[in-house]
Amino acid sequence: MGYVLDFGWLTDASGAIVNGAAMTMFLIAVSAVAGTVLSILGAAGRRSRHAVLRRAIAAYVELIRNTPFLVQLFFIFFGLPSLGIRLDPVVAAILAMTLNMTAYTTEIVGAGLDAVPKGQREAALALGLRPRQVFIKVVLPQALKVIFPALTSQIVIMMLESAVVSQIAVRELTYEADMLQARTFRAFETYFIFTLVYLALSIGLRRLLVAGGNRMLSGGLS
Amino acid sequence: MIEFTFWDIVRNLLLAARWTILLSIVAFIGGTIVGLTILFLRISKRRMLRKFGEYYIGLFQGTPLLMQLFLLFFGLPMLGIRIEPWTAAVLGLTLCASAFLAEIWRGGVEAVPVGQWDAGSSLGLHYVSQMRLIVLPQAFSMTRAPTVGFLVQLIKSTALTSIIGFEELVRTSNAINNATFEPFKVYGLVALIYFALCFPLTRYARVLELRAARY
Repeated sequence: MGYVLDFGWLTDASGAIVNGAAMTMFLIAVSAVAGTVLSILGAAGRRSRHAVLRRAIAAYVELIRNTPFLVQLFFIFFGLPSLGIRLDPVVAAILAMTLNMTAYTTEIVGAGLDAVPKGQREAALALGLRPRQVFIKVVLPQALKVIFPALTSQIVIMMLESAVVSQIAVRELTYEADMLQARTFRAFETYFIFTLVYLALSIGLRRLLVAGGNRMLSGGLS
Repeated sequence: MIEFTFWDIVRNLLLAARWTILLSIVAFIGGTIVGLTILFLRISKRRMLRKFGEYYIGLFQGTPLLMQLFLLFFGLPMLGIRIEPWTAAVLGLTLCASAFLAEIWRGGVEAVPVGQWDAGSSLGLHYVSQMRLIVLPQAFSMTRAPTVGFLVQLIKSTALTSIIGFEELVRTSNAINNATFEPFKVYGLVALIYFALCFPLTRYARVLELRAARY
């Protein structure tokens, strides 16, 4: 039985592919920014003097890291409405992605904070900077530089994992693929093309982050 | 409508968790076997093979597992190859695991000092025996922590096979949820079961990491 590959549907599908890719990029952009900011707070909290805060953040990190993203997503999207919190699919997706990413990046940022030599903090304090200034102006930039490659990888992994949010009907790349193959009956070609789109996105995103990171985080500790 | 007590839900979820565990084990074993092959390609002396290994790893690490599963499960039948959810799940996870494991072990192989290779050669060992007796044991013992860490990731990844219709923990929980309308309780329990599976392994990986750091 011969099966002839047919990519004729591609001309009509380019709009759907672009829309889906834009949604995927939007989701990862929002959750990457929110996740990074939250994880800086998380990593700082993990090193604070308050034992309760330290414990709570550690518990959150372990809970997220040891359960599948899909289950977290279902819990947020299907489970929370029974507590009266009803979320739009896109909001639920961003919330789930941010919470998931924060757990991983908290560990990464923490490792970066630990990597900054103690002398840097002491020197800054000796110069009369306030503890907050020491953290934001001296310790954090150096930590971010150290962890930047790991952070980039985590963002790319999260982008790939965001394919799952198609399951709660967020109209991103995978959702568009499902819709298209249901219409064209060309499942192999459709998923093949969309897999390539994801590959291109992940390579492009990585390049973009590395280029942006090199520009923003130049100088300081290497 | 069927009445589900709390224990009915728990019992059904635990029964379904067997499939999650089985799938994880099979995919890990399969991933180890295929991953070793990819590792040998990736560190081969021939440029062509090395490039192939590199692209293989890049392809599987650069695309979503969900897409890989869809391609296998919905795509292959189009090409005239019939495939069951179980086969697609095992195949997809095995291929994905092989790429990640090969990359982890490559790091280990590259961390083995060159002197070890030279010593192996000077003892007159063949490439294969050199790998088997000298390089791989050291590479594996160095990468034990990330390998266990990846097993945790693999267990979590099995959740995705519910989407292509493999009857494991998440798919069963969807069915129970549709019957009971108690998503908070059901997905909470599912999360707990995954946590119970993964947390000991995460802890073990941490112990291995600390142990490795001492040397």
